[in-house]
Amino acid sequence: MEAIIFYILSIVILVFSVLTVTTKKILRAAVYLLFVLGATAGIYFMFNYNFLAAVQLTVYAGGIVVLIIFSILLTHQINTNLDKINVKKIALGIMSSGLGIFLVLSTLNNFQFVASNNQATDSSIHGIGRTLLSYSDNGYILPFEVISVLLLAAMIGAIVIAKKEEA
Amino acid sequence: MIEGISIYYILTMSTIMFFIGAYGFLTRKNLITMLMSIELILNAVNINFVAFNKYLYPENMQGHFFSMFIIGIAAAEAAVAIAIIINIYRNIQNIDVENIDQMKY
Repeated sequence: MEAIIFYILSIVILVFSVLTVTTKKILRAAVYLLFVLGATAGIYFMFNYNFLAAVQLTVYAGGIVVLIIFSILLTHQINTNLDKINVKKIALGIMSSGLGIFLVLSTLNNFQFVASNNQATDSSIHGIGRTLLSYSDNGYILPFEVISVLLLAAMIGAIVIAKKEEA
Repeated sequence: MIEGISIYYILTMSTIMFFIGAYGFLTRKNLITMLMSIELILNAVNINFVAFNKYLYPENMQGHFFSMFIIGIAAAEAAVAIAIIINIYRNIQNIDVENIDQMKY
């Protein structure tokens, strides 16, 4: 049963990511991207990482996609199609990414991964919060604080860049 | 871990997703669609981190936290990138990469 759900989710991810990079209408590309991100959240749910899936849904699907759609509405007429890409560029892109897929997959299948049978740690929100704020070994207080500063800097930077110049 | 699914299936899926994103980044001309391709690439990397965490080191949570920080940084990056894109649009009424060559020479 779980395997079937995984197959469905991966088919959704692959099909919609192909559509995201090939569709002619830019707004549709954003909606297809939304499906990809939602299916990824489904895979996190299957791993039993509920908090990570919730973060994925709120930040990616709720935040980034909405931001992208807003910027599309601010910079495009929705009905216009994207410019045609010339065939040479498409062929080069398919060739290089196909070569990359081939290299990575052949390396992957020659490597022996040993699945661990250790007991999984507590992935409840309570445990995540304690780990995130602990300053012992295996604690993440330093990256947590650094990322808060980074977010503040990004917020101020985005406001300053996008602000209208005073005449 | 997911019953009946080995780590190879997940890594194969995320590899293909990564290179679809790379293909989009190479072929698209519009800045916003290039940004979407970058989001696809970041998402594939996140799936990889979580899969390695769950299958090989389930006693630690390092992959989980790494993915969380990547999601946060991706949000910051998207905000700044879209601010820059809107500013470019205000200046040259166009957001195709080919038209952005003011700083080239």
